[in-house]
Amino acid sequence: MYSQGLNDKNLETAETPEFLAAFQARIDADEKIEPNDPMPEAYRKTLIRQIGQHAHSEIVGMLPEANWITRAPTLRRKTALLAKVQDEGGHGLYLYSAAETLGVSREQMTEELLSGKAKYSSIFNYPTVSWADMGAIGWLVDGAAIMNQVPLCRCSYGPYARAMIRVCKEESFHQRQGYELMISLCMGAPAQKDMAQDALNRWWWPSLMMFGPPDGDSLHSDQSAAWKIKRFTNDELRQKFIDATVKQAEHLGLTVPDPDLVWNEAKNNGNGGYDFGEIDWNDFWKVVKGHGPMNKDRIAARTRAWEEGAWVREAALAYAEKQKHHTAQQAQG
Amino acid sequence: MNTTAQTPLWEVFIRPRNGLAHRHCGSLHAADATLALQAARDVYTRREEGNSIWVIPSSQIVASDPQDKEALFDPAGDKIYRHPTFYDIPDDVGHM
Repeated sequence: MYSQGLNDKNLETAETPEFLAAFQARIDADEKIEPNDPMPEAYRKTLIRQIGQHAHSEIVGMLPEANWITRAPTLRRKTALLAKVQDEGGHGLYLYSAAETLGVSREQMTEELLSGKAKYSSIFNYPTVSWADMGAIGWLVDGAAIMNQVPLCRCSYGPYARAMIRVCKEESFHQRQGYELMISLCMGAPAQKDMAQDALNRWWWPSLMMFGPPDGDSLHSDQSAAWKIKRFTNDELRQKFIDATVKQAEHLGLTVPDPDLVWNEAKNNGNGGYDFGEIDWNDFWKVVKGHGPMNKDRIAARTRAWEEGAWVREAALAYAEKQKHHTAQQAQG
Repeated sequence: MNTTAQTPLWEVFIRPRNGLAHRHCGSLHAADATLALQAARDVYTRREEGNSIWVIPSSQIVASDPQDKEALFDPAGDKIYRHPTFYDIPDDVGHM
């Protein structure tokens, strides 16, 4: 909302030390920032980047699962998968709208995604080679996404926080349907259980990378924490995810593909937590920089959708224009 | 890239059930009112969130400017005599 008004407005704010201090004081008092409020340019830019990336991730995230809709083994699984992919489309739209309140246009964001200027979560650059991947994605990828997103419901920027509340409410089913699918496979024939183990082997490490680089190497963390855009660090959330997920893997009778995984009583202030092996950050950066197995396919698919949909957008606008004329003429006649 | 004219922005309001007011729940892009209603139904009511939808072109909304917040709203701040608790009623009179 308000974005069209904002487009005409001069967004430059006079960033005197007093202005920045007053803004920080509002954040510190847990006040929410709303679209037309004065805000530092860097706060606006950070949010446009983060919400845009998040929206792109939802939209690109439809592709790996859409790959299996026609081959779902039962009608029950097919309806669940369809509903999940449709939700992801919806989540992308909530988030694009939230970003637009900051003065960026939908067209501009789409252009940045297709040109490679804007990033999306690197997890979606891996292929979905077996049906078990639908289980592993729901369980691990959505599980990690939820871990990341729940704190964003309290983000200082109002429209982002409100969008995240909706997203989180809807996403719980995504994780549960994935885990249920894994249970079915693990209770099935040995070949089915092998399929589930293979999916866990391939998705485990990329899921841990979804929390972003280690705290020491994270570019945006400190300022985002001060602005209450980010409430926990990458490493804190990653640890939380591992501690929650290992038990779930044990319940399935599957083995987490990390020989260094071991319970450590002393972790988490004495509450215990898992020590885990080294994450291959070279692989992460390789995928982020565009050299993952599916980067080219994903952008090609989005570009095709955008270009092949152009005539629909043009026709709808032309029709709307014609109807307006029609109504105006009738009013005159 | 194939650029087209920007598709207009609409604000979406949903009535969760009869007896409640329509409430703003988000926005979307659509070429006209019919498409806006259909998109609102797909985007904002996938889980029985409501039984009635309003869509309004965002450009039609006239909003107060946050810069005017003090001028508009501060004058109400010191008028505590507009609230019932400003007036003392003896306890033995009972609920009023």
